Amino acid sequence: MAAKVDLRRFPGFLTVTILCLFVLYAPLIVVAVYSFNASSSITNWGGVSLTWYADVFTGPEAPKFQKAALNSLVIAVCAATAATVIATLAAVAMTRAGRFKGKTLGFALINLPLMVPEVVTAVASLVFFSAIGFTTGLMTILIAHIVFCIPFAYLPIAARMQSIPDMFEQAAMDLYATPREAFKLVLLPLMTPGILSGFLLAFIISLDDFLITNFVKGAGVETLPTAIFGSVKQGIKPNIMAISTLMLAVSVVFVSLSWLIGRTGQDKKQAR
Amino acid sequence: MTSPDIAVAVDRVIKRYGSVTALHGVSLDIRENEFFTLLGPSGCGKTTLLRAIAGFEDVTEGRILLKGQDLTGLPPHKRPVNTVFQQYALFPHMTVTENVMFGLLRKGWSRPEAERRVRDVLHLVQLSDFAARKPGQMSGGQQQRVALARALAPRPEVLLLDEPLSALDLKLRQAVRMELKALQRETGIAFIFVTHDQEEALTMSDRIAVMSAGRVQQVGSPREIYEAPVNRFVADFIGETNLLDVAVQSISAGQANVLLPGNHPFTCPAAAVVEPGAGHLSVRPERISLCPEDQGHLRATVTGHTYLGTDIQLHVVLVDGETMSVRLQNAETTLVPDTGSVIGLKLETGAARLLAD
Ligand SMILES: Nc1ncnc2c1ncn2[C@@H]1O[C@H](COP(=O)(O)OP(=O)(O)OP(=O)(O)O)[C@@H](O)[C@H]1O
Ligand SMILES: [Mg+2]
Repeated sequence: MAAKVDLRRFPGFLTVTILCLFVLYAPLIVVAVYSFNASSSITNWGGVSLTWYADVFTGPEAPKFQKAALNSLVIAVCAATAATVIATLAAVAMTRAGRFKGKTLGFALINLPLMVPEVVTAVASLVFFSAIGFTTGLMTILIAHIVFCIPFAYLPIAARMQSIPDMFEQAAMDLYATPREAFKLVLLPLMTPGILSGFLLAFIISLDDFLITNFVKGAGVETLPTAIFGSVKQGIKPNIMAISTLMLAVSVVFVSLSWLIGRTGQDKKQAR
Repeated sequence: MTSPDIAVAVDRVIKRYGSVTALHGVSLDIRENEFFTLLGPSGCGKTTLLRAIAGFEDVTEGRILLKGQDLTGLPPHKRPVNTVFQQYALFPHMTVTENVMFGLLRKGWSRPEAERRVRDVLHLVQLSDFAARKPGQMSGGQQQRVALARALAPRPEVLLLDEPLSALDLKLRQAVRMELKALQRETGIAFIFVTHDQEEALTMSDRIAVMSAGRVQQVGSPREIYEAPVNRFVADFIGETNLLDVAVQSISAGQANVLLPGNHPFTCPAAAVVEPGAGHLSVRPERISLCPEDQGHLRATVTGHTYLGTDIQLHVVLVDGETMSVRLQNAETTLVPDTGSVIGLKLETGAARLLAD
């Protein structure tokens, strides 16, 4: 205990902390608060109302946003599902196949997209699609999303995998399970918290993505982030704040869920 | 080839991991219906041999036969043997019943039959009341019995146990020893039991194979291993012993004439491979008695003693500087010689043994 460096004693620690928290969260709070503003101004407070939330669903821009939201949802579900399946298989291969040639390379390739600047991936994806003559549209968005979601799905799944000793599969095979049955009946159920956690993370990453989507989407195809951006270019209206607040809420729910699921799995293991 | 009462025949098995050789040509015959123990220090290859029998490791050379059938190339799920793992490896997401039923269903038993068998086996290990629990909600001793039930349920031809008691505390471990032995009698199959605890091996086994550095040093009953060790390693590893440097003068019909330190002649049984020259005499501390200094085989000076409860251990040093320990029973009449006094030691003829290196 005594040997630990107590960061709280450093001069200015409190000031810096408060400053960081302010910069991080003040804009979010402002957006959330002003989404309940009765006035159509974004600077003057006109009392509490749900006008702008109603406007999101029934106002003149409602059909556009609804279509974009549906696109976002479909893409996020499909991309997260595909990425999770691929990431699960990759995690099993990386942790169970022993040492094999190119294992480190495989690990690097799986996680590289996290390091590459997103704009580079975006440009590369666009160039790739036009090079092979793929018409941009929903499909290109989906493919691009699957690719960049894989590492996000992979991380929680691999972390979970590493905490499962291989004695469980050996016990299963010792009890007459074929390798397939051992995977399905023993390994997969034990991995489930990691897989769910990975899926939720991938889902939210896909739902939020703007940059890559904006590059590879075809004309007239919008997801929620690109639709919001398009709308903002014509001036910020409070209905944007309402949508943003809704998305924020969805994100918070999913990230918390992902974290909670990952944690319950860990707790159970530690209790044993 | 193998006679019909051999359950598992290990035939000149060599196992290499890259440059490490874990098993250097191990041959063993494990009989039907016997409690067979693999005993040896950490890293001697016990687990490797057990895993080779279960099918988790391929052997580099040699083969393993189960009731005469060559197991080479057969994957674990096709071998009619079951394992009790050191960490139990109970499936944490399944109840006790589901754990025990797992092997039965995979083996193709019908559900009603499997259910009946699970009930019987849980009754056998006295866990009937725990059928609906998850392993995480049970004590270490209970989990150990679930692991046992799970491995016994599919009626394996041989049961493999890798240090199954090492996760239990001392009291429980001693109680479970007897249960395990009784279970082996009841099931009537061969148990191959791995341990590095010599007391466990001596109390439970029908026969013991003492291993060291990937080789089998000796196979025999607990009594043979303890009283007639073939070499220094076995004598030293099993129980406590005094190893004295002696001069071997002649050997005939398994009896050796040796000169003890202090040049007193002595005749004792010798291990098969000993030749005249320098040798080692193994004498158990409890097989030595005290006498007046000029009447024993050895003269010794007392350097101290340790109180052990049931026994008192006397520490002495011989004329040539070798140290020995002697066990005295802690009875009311026992006289413990004072430190510094010179005493005589008498060796029981049958209990001292001349060993090869
Ligand atoms: N997968 C492996 N790769 C390389 N070497 C190994 C491997 N498994 C075991 N060994 C080596 O083989 C030798 C025997 O190991 P083994 O696990 O059989 O010992 P053990 O007798 O069971 O010891 P313990 O009592 O500690 O469990 C050891 O030297 C060990 O380092
Ligand atoms: Mg071992």
